[in-house]
Amino acid sequence: MDLKKENEQHPAIKETLDAVKANIDMLMNIKGTVSPDHLHRELGKIMWNYVGMARDAEGLKKAITEIQALREEFKTNLKIVGDKTELNDQLERAGRLQDFLELGELMARDALERNESCGGHFRTEYQTPEGEALRNDDAFMYAAAWQYTGEGQPEELVKEDLKFEFVHPSQRSYK
Amino acid sequence: MNLTLKIWRQKNANTKGKMVAYPVQNISEHASFLEMLDILNEDLIHKGEEPVAFGHDCREGICGSCGLYINGRAHGPDETTATCQVHMRKFKDGDTITIEPWRAKAFPVIKDLVVDRSAFDRILQAGGYISVNTGSARDANEILVPKPIADEAFSAAECIGCGACVAACPNASAMLFTSAVVSHLALMPQGQPERHKRVEAVVAQMDYEGFGNCTNIGACSKECPKGISQIHIARMNKEYMAAKLINSKGIEETAGGFG
Repeated sequence: MDLKKENEQHPAIKETLDAVKANIDMLMNIKGTVSPDHLHRELGKIMWNYVGMARDAEGLKKAITEIQALREEFKTNLKIVGDKTELNDQLERAGRLQDFLELGELMARDALERNESCGGHFRTEYQTPEGEALRNDDAFMYAAAWQYTGEGQPEELVKEDLKFEFVHPSQRSYK
Repeated sequence: MNLTLKIWRQKNANTKGKMVAYPVQNISEHASFLEMLDILNEDLIHKGEEPVAFGHDCREGICGSCGLYINGRAHGPDETTATCQVHMRKFKDGDTITIEPWRAKAFPVIKDLVVDRSAFDRILQAGGYISVNTGSARDANEILVPKPIADEAFSAAECIGCGACVAACPNASAMLFTSAVVSHLALMPQGQPERHKRVEAVVAQMDYEGFGNCTNIGACSKECPKGISQIHIARMNKEYMAAKLINSKGIEETAGGFG
């Protein structure tokens, strides 16, 4: 039994293959003026400045706006040299960048939603007098999972509640 | 600094390749070699030309993806450094740098400086592993291994599979890579059950792939970014002879198994 031939006819596989091929064609046909790396660096600056180790609401809103503009530029001005039938490093970078842009915007949105400081997420508006993370367990004791709702559609927040029965989270102190 | 790069360009495996000269300007001495190639590529893209394809991933000398022959040395000047760890302070203004891919029959060129090293994957698939039920593993600290043995096995396990050994060898032999796998596992308790079967299987696959034979030249070890020693080649030769003496089955059964 030739599994490869069998599988290619499976509807789920066919649908995915078609979607991937359509995306590759879309990327190849933009034929703009900026390379994937150029846009990648721009995204890097936004993330470093506004979605880094310390964040605040104003910066996060700015990040979201700027990333959305960058995604527009990606869609309309991306340049990929070479063709899609052979090894194409630029096409590979563009594909990854497409994901990074989506993820970057979502990271900023997620950080904006969580109005507390917790672990590696430090919102400067929410800190103890000693400068430690100030949590709001009443409102934010959940893991935020974001559900894909379709191309270009905003992701939907799904809260996965965290329940601590025997060991209760407290305030970290190095004193 | 301003430099002239002479780079191997080849469109694909079916097209003849050639060396092409590219001038690059204002390269910082703090830039890494691959960052310099990125700068060249941005320039080529800007002009509408195809950028130079080259392998890279971690860019910190541990993944084994990168591999360029720089001025006739695998992974460039200096010992125990991978291509991605070469920095431009090793060169000076006005230098000409020749950049080539790994050259070996068993590593066909895919494009420009990127070669196909899946032969290494097939050697590993042929026997470079231990068979054990996962999910029921015992605590690793329960298995006692003398420190000198553990260290020796580790010195073989440091191989990152980059292929510089093959490229540096005039015979394009893969003995250093294959022996690193065999040596590592032959020394460890977990490698004992399949010790003889393993060495015969990986050697058969190595030969099937079209690598050359070893004549103990030593260029492999010298160019290895991890400094893997030829002692592992000696150990594999011993393992192979022991396996042939003990086993009665021929190698024909295992040759080409994963081709």
